[in-house]
Amino acid sequence: MPMLRIPTPLRTYTDGQSEVAVRGATVSDALSDLSARYPSIKQHIFNENGELRPFVNLFKGEENVRNLRGLDTPLSENDRLRIIPSIAGG
Amino acid sequence: MTVILSAALQAEIYAHVEKTYPEEGAGFLLGVDGPWRRVVSIYPLANQREEDARHNRYLISPQDYLKGEMAAEAQGLDIVGVYHSHPDHPDRPSEFDREWAQPYFSYVITSVQAGKAVESRSWRLSEDRAQFLEEIIQIA
Repeated sequence: MPMLRIPTPLRTYTDGQSEVAVRGATVSDALSDLSARYPSIKQHIFNENGELRPFVNLFKGEENVRNLRGLDTPLSENDRLRIIPSIAGG
Repeated sequence: MTVILSAALQAEIYAHVEKTYPEEGAGFLLGVDGPWRRVVSIYPLANQREEDARHNRYLISPQDYLKGEMAAEAQGLDIVGVYHSHPDHPDRPSEFDREWAQPYFSYVITSVQAGKAVESRSWRLSEDRAQFLEEIIQIA
């Protein structure tokens, strides 16, 4: 199964796990699987309309999936997906 | 809540944010978390905000986050926080800092007055995102 790397700020919601094996043929499927297993993480990834929050980025390998096919980007068994937050402040 | 920082690492943070003055400087805190959170190294980054906003804003791009995460992994560490500076402003988080804050992270803010880093304080976002809670910086 593809592995999903969880950034440190979100590990509280995955019982401290830094990597989670996820089921799914696309990035969208993988995130649905993650949210089903760890429901409290969902609000930090998706907004109330079910859209990806703007500061949440997903990288397949070293490529931002926004530059691939977005949430429809296909995943294969050995892919490594990462949730990467944008960090900002003033 | 306590974050442990060595005097040498604090000096590295001060050197970075004095160099970026009068713009904000920022980077990651790499370390280990347990009963105490200990910073083991820092990962300075370029401020990715547009030039005319860098005096009061900072941005770390996803690409730089990825580099920071890989650097942490290579050292057997995790990203445990973010440091940034407030040029000619106090070391308290702004409302903008809170809006953009991630849970869990230690946010070390350094006040830089007239080009000289004078003091740092560290903050963590409350679970309900309503406020920042100050944590102790232990220099060890």
